[in-house]
Amino acid sequence: MYVAVKGGEAAILATHDLVAEARRGDPAVPEISVAQIREQQALACARVMNEGSLYDQDLAALALKQSQGDVIEAAFLMRAYRTTLPRFGSSEPLDTAAMAIRRRVSATYKDLPGGQVLGPTYDYTHRLFDFALMDEGGEAAPRSAPTPLDATMPRVPDILGAEGLMEAEEPPEGDPRPFDLTRDPVSFPADRDVRLQSMARGDEGFLLGLGYSVQRGFGGTHPFVGEVRVGEVAVEFVPEELGFAVDLGDVTLTECQMVNQFQGSKEVPPQFTRGYGLVFGHSERKAMSMSLVDRALKARDFGEATNYPAQQDEFVLYHADNVEAAGFVEHLKLPHYVDFQGELELIRRIRREREERLAREQGAKEPDTMPEAAE
Amino acid sequence: MATLARASRSEIETLLGDPPDHDLLKAPETGTVMVEGRAGGAGRRFNLGEATVTRCVVRLSNGRMGFSYALGRDGRKARLAALLDARLQDEAEGSDLHQGVATLAAQQTSARDLASRKAAATKVDFFTLVRGS
Repeated sequence: MYVAVKGGEAAILATHDLVAEARRGDPAVPEISVAQIREQQALACARVMNEGSLYDQDLAALALKQSQGDVIEAAFLMRAYRTTLPRFGSSEPLDTAAMAIRRRVSATYKDLPGGQVLGPTYDYTHRLFDFALMDEGGEAAPRSAPTPLDATMPRVPDILGAEGLMEAEEPPEGDPRPFDLTRDPVSFPADRDVRLQSMARGDEGFLLGLGYSVQRGFGGTHPFVGEVRVGEVAVEFVPEELGFAVDLGDVTLTECQMVNQFQGSKEVPPQFTRGYGLVFGHSERKAMSMSLVDRALKARDFGEATNYPAQQDEFVLYHADNVEAAGFVEHLKLPHYVDFQGELELIRRIRREREERLAREQGAKEPDTMPEAAE
Repeated sequence: MATLARASRSEIETLLGDPPDHDLLKAPETGTVMVEGRAGGAGRRFNLGEATVTRCVVRLSNGRMGFSYALGRDGRKARLAALLDARLQDEAEGSDLHQGVATLAAQQTSARDLASRKAAATKVDFFTLVRGS
């Protein structure tokens, strides 16, 4: 039950001031700028853009500054801001095959066209502290090769697809507009477009845990990273008044194509199956987790059992959104005085009634009382 | 428009010089575009998430209209880019303004090329270890 109560305005205003002070920290230390966060905490910004479901690096950096680095709070700020903006429309579907590659690796083919490009990655670092970063002024000077990478690189599943060994990935009849869960309520079973949208904005940690559960046997798959690619892709949009596609600029994306074991039927010979992940920014762990869970959620489509959480769309989609989850978990700290009073009254009454009943039963067992009538 | 979308506000400002007289048919407006992806890269469309976009439409005193659409929230850049778009339509190919845009495009291409060459420096050269004799 919710009952309006007034009060606390002064306390709330005071906490706004106090949180501003806490956010600023020691005033003797220079204040961090939004541009510094955007440039030097880009992976955190990417996470905020994904979970806030809004691509804007400056806003993600501002959100992180405002939330003292609390990623979920920052995502919440992005979501709230998004609702104040008009939507001009939908882009043309991104063409990730035309990505300007900065990183691209495959665990399935050593010598694939375009090669294995490590790009900027922590994968091969020793995870030892670099205490030089305690001091400022270090300038990196990466080397550059005499020639650039191939302008386009084939997506690895397409190589397998050409051999007919990979589950085909084609648009359904008529290439329909995708479902938009920000506009329409989700119903179950959810189609793949709904699942992918939900996971793209879902919590990285939640998807990581689910993806891990699949690997550990809670929804058996045996995946290979067909490919992870990171780079820039142009966003094209057709404004009504122009009637032709306009290039809006580039977004950084991470795409993961997970290759999983076979499925076949009477009609189709055994094939590898796919899991797909696509996210904003350089967010490999998220893209990989998404592609594991995407494959797990296809269980029903392939006639597999759906015994585990990662295979159940209702479970995954209803719990992936960390802004919703945080809202419901954290609302528990808001005043529930009336609810609790109700509970308190109830438990007191139950106890009182129990004591009265026990007292009556005690009285009934006295030898001089009449035996109970048989039922 | 692709070049201007990727250019910075100051680059556009420098190229345009003093803004010509104009009417704002559509004042700079920030909104979003829902970015779509395709499952597996080529399959069913899905909504990846939104991106901020700012647009602007201007009309020069000679009636020429200019448009701009670009990612981000920079309204001033949007207005300058729309003005530049209008001016470019008025000028012959090969004019200073067109050449200026071509120079910007070339700078963007070379920045992209450098990024690609840095990535190429991290390309793996496998070699096979031969065991025994």
